Amino acid sequence: MRITCPLCGDRDRREFYYKGAAVALDRPEPDAGAEAWDEYVFLRDNPAGETRDLWYHADGCGAWLEVRRDTVTHAVLEARLAAEAAR
Amino acid sequence: MRFSGLRVLREGLTGNKGWKAHWRDPAPKPEYDIVIIGGGGHGLATAYYLAREHGLRNIAVLEKGYLGGGNIGRNTTIVRANYGLPGNSEFYSHSLKLWEGLEQDLNFNVMHSQRGVINLFHSDGQRDAYARRGNAMLNQGDDAILLDRGGVRKMLPYLDFDNGRFPVRGGLYHPRGGTARHDAVAWGYARGADMRGVDLIQNCEVTGIEVKNGAVTGVQTSRGAIRAKKVGIVVAGRSSQVAAMAGMRLPIESHVLQAFVTEGLKPVIDTVVTFGMGHFYISQSDKGGLVFGGDIDMYASYAARGNLPAVEHVMEAGMALMPMIGKARVLRSWGGIMDMSPDGSPIIDKTGIEGLYLNCGWCYGGFKAVPGSGHCFAHLMATGRPHEAAAGFRLDRFRTGFGIMDEEGTGAQHNLH
Repeated sequence: MRITCPLCGDRDRREFYYKGAAVALDRPEPDAGAEAWDEYVFLRDNPAGETRDLWYHADGCGAWLEVRRDTVTHAVLEARLAAEAAR
Repeated sequence: MRFSGLRVLREGLTGNKGWKAHWRDPAPKPEYDIVIIGGGGHGLATAYYLAREHGLRNIAVLEKGYLGGGNIGRNTTIVRANYGLPGNSEFYSHSLKLWEGLEQDLNFNVMHSQRGVINLFHSDGQRDAYARRGNAMLNQGDDAILLDRGGVRKMLPYLDFDNGRFPVRGGLYHPRGGTARHDAVAWGYARGADMRGVDLIQNCEVTGIEVKNGAVTGVQTSRGAIRAKKVGIVVAGRSSQVAAMAGMRLPIESHVLQAFVTEGLKPVIDTVVTFGMGHFYISQSDKGGLVFGGDIDMYASYAARGNLPAVEHVMEAGMALMPMIGKARVLRSWGGIMDMSPDGSPIIDKTGIEGLYLNCGWCYGGFKAVPGSGHCFAHLMATGRPHEAAAGFRLDRFRTGFGIMDEEGTGAQHNLH
């Protein structure tokens, strides 16, 4: 698996740390309630097919990326800076 | 058809013409008392114990592919009860006891071999952790022996004891641990369930779960609608998709775990060995292949195959531990889809829907759990109450924060187990 970092270009999967589903970009308000926080921390769509997840370019530029990827084929469809995705 | 030595002898002398299919291939009936979704190890074991322990007969197991075609046929076959936390400890102890009587119970040779499991340690801190774990195992009534370096050397002389980075300091020996023939476990349970009247229905994919007024009423399948009073979801790897048919979101991420087997060799490793530094475990199958694996690839995946970095890590760990295996040629590698839960422990529980039950989240440890999981899930489905050995496997422990079972102590979060 290779991921195209928007800053560094096409790089090997080894350079990236995987964080998980991109829900971290939709953090609930502190007083959103237990249900919202359960959804955020634990519950997952876990799709078989296209997914969005967060990868950290640990052995590269240090950017957090939001990666669009297919969990069935391992095809990487798109990678953009998490800072942009969160806007 | 009972198996016995006499029978094998007679069949051998008469051209093996008397063997028949071990289970029927029935068409689905329009209604069952209980429908189990998933004809893998856990689903077949559940159906078996529902029939055997609870006297229920009107049961169907629905399998979208063929029986035992999922993770029950794709694992590294290790059986053990060496957990440390309350909740896990009594469950795996219960499961191991079922393993020990399984072949007589099923009248089927699952080649259960209690050849022992040795978890190696490589530092003082790790020794302390294993001493503690061993005591927890003893307190549970299971067996554990803390071996020093000399004790390990006597049993595993081929290890690289003086490895510069990871010298072997000793190991935690669990003599009742071992391996079993994974496919045979599925086949044995399938045969036992079928003999008791359970319909095992293959090539029957569940496409919907019917819920009315908060209670389950049946399922839609690729072979038509089937009504059911109770439905059990036992589809590790695909739990999120099937639960979504009932409108549920689960605390599960699916990850890929790879495994490897070498060409057949003469007997060389007569136990199960795990490396304490770097994720690696190995045993030798009765066919002679070295069967080994490591950690999950660490990204969500349904591909049933992995990537090179995890392969390299496993090979490097193996070479650091026992350089002799460098001479063996790897024959095959494959991947399985793991139901990863946030705390690394499974879920056997009711759901918010009356009559709908959930068994999932086995992470990379589902094989040894098959008898216990089936036994406890059957108990829950038949009686409505959790079995005492699986009472901790609650679905709501993440939402409430009560009863988290984080065996590794890394935190109850996705991607940490």
